[in-house]
Amino acid sequence: MSELCKEGDSHLGWIGTTRDERSMPIRVTEESKVSMLEILDEEGNCDDALRPKLTDNQIKELYELMVLTRTFDNLALKLQREGRIGTYPSSRGQEATQVASAYALDANDWIFPAFRECGAYITKGWPMDMQYQYWAGDERGSKVPDNNHIFAISIPVGTQVPHAVGFAWAAKLRGDKIAVLAYFGDGATSEGDVHEGMNFAGVFKVPVVLLCQNNQWAISVPRSRQTAAKTLAQRAFSYGFEGIQVDGNDVFAVYKATKNAVEKARSGNGPTLIECVTYRMADHTTSDDAQRYRTNQELEEWAKRDPIERLRKYMKKNNLWSSEYENKVQTEASEKVRVAVEKFESVKPQEAEDVFAWTYAELPPNLRKQYEELAHSLRGRD
Amino acid sequence: MERDPNVVVLGEDVGIDGGVFRATEGLVQEFGENRVIDTPLSESGIVGVAIGLALYGLKPVAEIQFEGFLYPALDQIISHAGRIRNRSRGRFHVPLVIRFPYGGGIRAPEHHSDSPEALLVHTPGIKVVVPSTPHDAKGLLTSAIRDPDPVLFMEPKRIYRAIVEDVPEDNYTVPLGEARVVREGSDVTLVSWGAMVRYSNEAAENVGDRISVEVIDLRTLSPMDTAAITKSVEKTGRAVVVHEAPRTAGLGAEVTAIINETAFLNLEAPVERVTGFDVPFPQHKLENYYLPNTERIVKAIEKVANF
Repeated sequence: MSELCKEGDSHLGWIGTTRDERSMPIRVTEESKVSMLEILDEEGNCDDALRPKLTDNQIKELYELMVLTRTFDNLALKLQREGRIGTYPSSRGQEATQVASAYALDANDWIFPAFRECGAYITKGWPMDMQYQYWAGDERGSKVPDNNHIFAISIPVGTQVPHAVGFAWAAKLRGDKIAVLAYFGDGATSEGDVHEGMNFAGVFKVPVVLLCQNNQWAISVPRSRQTAAKTLAQRAFSYGFEGIQVDGNDVFAVYKATKNAVEKARSGNGPTLIECVTYRMADHTTSDDAQRYRTNQELEEWAKRDPIERLRKYMKKNNLWSSEYENKVQTEASEKVRVAVEKFESVKPQEAEDVFAWTYAELPPNLRKQYEELAHSLRGRD
Repeated sequence: MERDPNVVVLGEDVGIDGGVFRATEGLVQEFGENRVIDTPLSESGIVGVAIGLALYGLKPVAEIQFEGFLYPALDQIISHAGRIRNRSRGRFHVPLVIRFPYGGGIRAPEHHSDSPEALLVHTPGIKVVVPSTPHDAKGLLTSAIRDPDPVLFMEPKRIYRAIVEDVPEDNYTVPLGEARVVREGSDVTLVSWGAMVRYSNEAAENVGDRISVEVIDLRTLSPMDTAAITKSVEKTGRAVVVHEAPRTAGLGAEVTAIINETAFLNLEAPVERVTGFDVPFPQHKLENYYLPNTERIVKAIEKVANF
């Protein structure tokens, strides 16, 4: 260093200097660019060269799943106000990101949720009655049936990313050709576990897709407070894999980016970070009031980019939509969620034993004793 | 690892280096880099991805290099390892072992000498195991690996090289949740675990001509073999608990409460605690003041015996 850095120079003063011929050559060792994928614009115009291969029926199915997601979500807010479920995080505005990403997976692929992805859960098959049951404070709702490859909800922000990475890594070690998709938000990218998980994913070239729902807000803290970096996608480069931004309200773009990423993962080419740029149209949860920290003007701007309306405009232009069809879709969605509510509200309540029964494979003596104490205290109540 | 191809070892320096205490020496040569995996320096990542490996059906044995570096991983242990079975009502479970050296007495730098067992025992859904002999280390580790739930396996680093004992070559297990009576006695019960068992034994030996001390090695701290404690105190009526960890809300308090709940009428004297102090573990110039030793244990035995 002393040879390169003459007295009085700043500590990096040798960079770019030409006065010392012995200076280290300056060369670019890594250069990375982030692309943003947009296929369907706000008016429903589509870039046909980029449009993913989807049949008319598949496009309709995506639309129907998004409508169902919003119907489920609206009813959840209503159920919370009526005291029939507990705190609930709305997905309004993020339907394209959630539905299209889950739709791009095969049945054998897995998703590792955060907690604001009901569109993905519905698409991947977690029964809606069980989702309501979970938000109503009944753990049995998160015992997702075995044939649905969805891991349990993870509320501590970002902590599920290492699980998804480990799970995908195990599949790779076993030689199973599957992909694992982890959801997390813009706020989560500031958490250490997201960094540690992505770093493992890169080092061990794990078949995982890291899907960041950048919905602009972490409760009241805007995206600009999470990082000074221009994009969240560029984080990927520091872990040695590809990162891409996607218009998260564009169902085709999300589908295409996810499809490419899962195929890449399954074929052994490692992880991808997809930053879906979207917007949380509702409060953070039913316990939040977003009017305290963001403007109506911002909401109105994003309302113009509504993912469901955008696909509807496309479908109208392409003769895939009629008012009869719309009525049918809305009626069916309302009926499905009505049945789900009826089902979850008619389940038998859990017993006191259920407080203890699932902590270990076998009830240890201390828990048996504590259960007996509780059971004894309840006997007095009858 | 020979018996079960699902067992994988991961952690910092566990591969070619064999671990900083050489606990995994030779494994990478025998089982290869897909089963003995050097990871990034990333404790929460190690535990977090190990949870993912376990969810898929592997049986990861993760090593955290020192207990002082377990703390970044506590979120994964508390928020997930211990809760996933419950959260998913049994659909998912985490057959994970996390091994780590703990405790003082080896003149190490700061953050290399803590005894965090109370933090872990206070965490539902995990098991906490501490061997005090080579024989038990093998038998308990085997049980821990075969256990379907997460096990925190605490290795008392002070006795890594201090105790030499022949260990059977064959497969055997020491069941989790069972204490061991190290030495039978009739006047005072000494409850201990880890490196402190040795000093408890020495103290029992020292007073052996006048006080008959029964030494119990708990071996599993969660779930604790409370029946073994009760049975002994019913016989002796006097008890001392010895641990390295700080005193307040340490497991000595729990053992004392168990004795109160189950053997109060047998007690001839208040239960004594010989423990570390409620201070950060000192750098090694002072560690001998901090660590319980034979003399302090002898004084406590005499105190309860002469009450």
